[in-house]
Amino acid sequence: MTDITAVPPSFGRRLRRFMSDHPIVPLIVLLLALMVVLDILRPGIINPRWLANTIKFATPLAILAGCQTLTMLTGGIDLSVAMAATLAAFITATQAPLHDPAVAMLIAMVPALLIGFANGIGVGVFRVHPLIMTLGTSLIGMGFILVYQRSVISSGTLIPDSLAWLGTGVSYGIPNCLALFIPISALILFMLSRTGFGRMLYAVGDNERAARLSGVRYWQVILLLYIVSALLAGVTGLLYLGLIKTPSLSLADPLLLPSVAAAVVGGTSIFGGRGGYAGAIVGALILAVLTTLLTVLQMPEGVRRILFGLIILGVSAAYLRIVSDR
Amino acid sequence: MSRFLQRQGWVAALFVLFWLLLAATWVIQPSYGVNGVASLVGAAVPYAFAVAAQTVVVIGGGIDLSVAAMMALTSVTAARLMAGESEAFGAAVVVIVLLEGLILGAINGALIVLSRVPDIIVTLAMLFVWQGVALLVLPSPGGGAAQWLRDLLVGSVALPVLPDAILQWVPKALVLIVVSLGVVWMPLHRSRLGLSIYAIGSSSLAAFRSGVSVAWTKIASYAIAGLFAGAGGLALTLSTGIGAPIPGPYLLASVAAVVLGGVALAGGKGGLFGPIIAVFILRLLRSDLTLLAVDPNVATIIEGTIMVLVVMLGAFIAMRGSRA
Amino acid sequence: MPQDVLLEATGVVKRYGAVTALRNASLAVKAGEVHALMGANGAGKSTLVKILTGAVRPDGGRITIRDKALHARSPAEARRAGLVSVYQEPALVPDLDIAGNLRLTQTPVDRFLHWVRELGIAELDLREVVHRVPLAVQRVLDLARALAIEPDVLLLDEMTAALPANLADRVMDVVRRQAEGGRSIIFISHRMLEIAALCHRATVLRDGETVGVVEIGTGAEERIVELMLGARIDKREDWQDRGRRKAASEAKPLLAVRNLQSGTKLRDVTFDLDRGEVLGVVGLEGQGQDELFSILAGAARPASGTIAVDGATVAFHHPADAIAAGIAYVPGDRAEALLKQRSVRENIALPFSARLKSWGPIPQRRENARIDDAIQRLQIDIRAQAEVQRLSGGNQQKVTIARWIAAGSRLLLCFDPTRGIDIRTKHQIYALLRELAAQGVSVLLYTSELAEIRLACDRTIVIFGGQVVGTLPLEQCDEASLMRAAHGLPHAVPVEQTGQSA
Repeated sequence: MTDITAVPPSFGRRLRRFMSDHPIVPLIVLLLALMVVLDILRPGIINPRWLANTIKFATPLAILAGCQTLTMLTGGIDLSVAMAATLAAFITATQAPLHDPAVAMLIAMVPALLIGFANGIGVGVFRVHPLIMTLGTSLIGMGFILVYQRSVISSGTLIPDSLAWLGTGVSYGIPNCLALFIPISALILFMLSRTGFGRMLYAVGDNERAARLSGVRYWQVILLLYIVSALLAGVTGLLYLGLIKTPSLSLADPLLLPSVAAAVVGGTSIFGGRGGYAGAIVGALILAVLTTLLTVLQMPEGVRRILFGLIILGVSAAYLRIVSDR
Repeated sequence: MSRFLQRQGWVAALFVLFWLLLAATWVIQPSYGVNGVASLVGAAVPYAFAVAAQTVVVIGGGIDLSVAAMMALTSVTAARLMAGESEAFGAAVVVIVLLEGLILGAINGALIVLSRVPDIIVTLAMLFVWQGVALLVLPSPGGGAAQWLRDLLVGSVALPVLPDAILQWVPKALVLIVVSLGVVWMPLHRSRLGLSIYAIGSSSLAAFRSGVSVAWTKIASYAIAGLFAGAGGLALTLSTGIGAPIPGPYLLASVAAVVLGGVALAGGKGGLFGPIIAVFILRLLRSDLTLLAVDPNVATIIEGTIMVLVVMLGAFIAMRGSRA
Repeated sequence: MPQDVLLEATGVVKRYGAVTALRNASLAVKAGEVHALMGANGAGKSTLVKILTGAVRPDGGRITIRDKALHARSPAEARRAGLVSVYQEPALVPDLDIAGNLRLTQTPVDRFLHWVRELGIAELDLREVVHRVPLAVQRVLDLARALAIEPDVLLLDEMTAALPANLADRVMDVVRRQAEGGRSIIFISHRMLEIAALCHRATVLRDGETVGVVEIGTGAEERIVELMLGARIDKREDWQDRGRRKAASEAKPLLAVRNLQSGTKLRDVTFDLDRGEVLGVVGLEGQGQDELFSILAGAARPASGTIAVDGATVAFHHPADAIAAGIAYVPGDRAEALLKQRSVRENIALPFSARLKSWGPIPQRRENARIDDAIQRLQIDIRAQAEVQRLSGGNQQKVTIARWIAAGSRLLLCFDPTRGIDIRTKHQIYALLRELAAQGVSVLLYTSELAEIRLACDRTIVIFGGQVVGTLPLEQCDEASLMRAAHGLPHAVPVEQTGQSA
């Protein structure tokens, strides 16, 4: 009835196909280009110290971008990561004077776990849109941290030495945060490519109906996903605490928007089913360099937000064109 | 009557709930009186406009995550324009800011139609953009507001016909809400545009087949939402006297009140009256918690939990509805 | 009957990407005529309707109304040109009341009410919200609204499908009188009896092309069926060589369905499916087959009736339950089954990791062996395997089947698996189904391509109006008999009644 004739793909089509199969290549090109521009604007800025510093600031962002990548693969988004990270950081800092640092960090993971659990139930079982759900749980988290702050105001804060070492330390010219980041990123990469759970994330995001017809129970995937995401956010909070060293109630807020942008720039589709973590890592580095660039150009915070918003919109629209084109 | 209950039953129940809560307030705090009501209504003004904005968009089958950001932007615009200017200039500022809101909303709608990216993602991106623009307009809280405009929100109505004993229970802010929402909503609700907004939210295919221009109607619904958001931003500036570039908690509150007010998130159903009552219920709940000497931060937790539960309930009902 | 042509379409072409939906469609409707538009599933009827009403734009051809070119870009513009359509699903906005819907289309209320009464609805409350109105009444209201606009050409798409007999009669009556008044009606229906009773002429589409115009009269039905089928009647009688199945009695059937009922679409379905049997299901669009397949797949729940697998009654709450019972669903729409952005291997492996206990590290070697085996058995062309959406339709369909072969299912529910794929792949798929059957796998096969029943099936049930109306043994599964049975026409040879399998 209908014939499908194979048309040899044009050059533009082949290029687009190559880009969507290997988004990492153009991303690395873009990263290098930004660094060249930066070096032209401010000659000599790129040196080993600057590199170590950039990596230190890009690492927490890259882990949070991992949360967004995982959730976006299922067609979701997790706007509660900043709150989960802040909670973990603030609780660690305030519990450290009272307990062993390790115990304090464990306690700090509890609220993150709860946030992830609530998100998973809301999105997976009640089918609330992930955006609204995660926004709601962050609001609740905000209320909780305000109450908590009052109760611990007297005990003071302490940053565990291990976190400070991890966050700011540099050994042999290499930032210590990599000791945490390399295992975590390896774990995420392994999970996405070599485990059944990773497969299910892609499957649910690509075609929920097909996944259901193949016997996948949506809520199970979503629940575990949001718990993993929240726990990763909690770990990020600890690392970020070691980096910034001043616990505050809005500690990780500045990371939220860039984490979404890093995942989107990294080639993960906000509609689900396509993408990966490697791109998000490069995306986080690109944003870190871009931030330096905007600082060098003395651009105000407002411009940065506008830029990030437009990046999300532009990349989503461009992605839609690439996919619907075939 | 039975049809009235069938259609307006939810809103009627909300209305009863509101009065019950008010009665409970008097039980908790016998001295709760004119001042209590006035401060309740005063606090509700920006929420009412945010919810009105969200309602129009949700009825049209969309969602606007940038409501709070648009309010922040229009608020700082108003504060910056009015700072140090004459009182009379305030009138011009009102027009400018409302127009600004209308344009911001229209941009949101146009981007959704042109990019074909889902509403929720476009308005998320625009949330950041409008926030950024607000920071450029006014990097930190500041600016000013014309006094005569500020007075519109304070005190009660004075009418020679009725005795003050009754009129003191009618705060000016309430009149402001009713009049400004009514002026836009009533004609809209009766017009073909209003009908078209309901139609595209209910079934865009059936609307298209009935001769509705889906794209233009969508843009119009976002533009009207922008207009309401502009009014909300103005109200923010007038009530505080300054503009702050940081969006308030209006986004989640607006979604929760829309759901609580009987407007289906799937679109096409509901009206403006329900969500507005829902706003007052949520505000009253908050002041009750305060009166009960609940720590305001704990109240935030309770409020957030209620909102999340309400939204969950709404999503659950929508899911059930789509299955049936 | 007046002879002037009111609406004329010539050489209409429509392509969707690489797929040609209409090659060369033409249609000439005279004033005062009820004109039937006929064609098998996928012949291009619905595309032509969409073009006439302005929902999609043609790539070529010319359409005129009263000799004026029609370039409608939306249903509203088509209406202004004098063409109004009543669609299969009513174009009434569900959450508005009836009055609101009339205002939306600027329909005169008094004329609307006049037609509502003419169509046999005595009482109507204009304030009633549309979604509370029964579907049959909605369709009549939609028709009344169209009549109130007083169009030159009225297009009725399956107008009588959801109507009870009394309303259907009134509708046909009104349509007839409209034609007598000089209007033109384009009438689309699957019910041959209605066409014979109502229409003057019929245009038949096949494979996107107009293949003939038939004057309705004696023998017209046969002529229409012939035109719809074309010269494609399967000459090769290879089915006769097929090893005949033993008399079905030795064991319990693998699947026993009794009195299955769901909503208005599926009214009462009963049949057995034996081990190693390929049972064909034939039916026109929307006769309940979609509901039947989703219930068996665990994707929907029946209102009443029982399903037994191996003699034990089962209740599926989720497709996972059906899969655990060995039942796998291959949907007709490949978009429903495939992860289109993922690789061939990942698509085949999808059911392996579905269950919670298999969420850990993937046993690569074992999985690869299973996938390779399935790919080989289906001869899937894996040159473009990085993304399933880059494969040809035939290869995509093979992937959806390969998944379940790799998973080791006992019963495949195949819903129109050869829709829109090339002839070579079709034969490969049917050969595969036979091979599976020989190994003891059972298959329930719905196909809209009647000629293909004989290529694969042992037996066929015919479903009409949500009920099984007949069971045809292989000898009677020729295309013409199936077409007649599917249209609810009596068969030349007496059709066996349901309940007993051959």
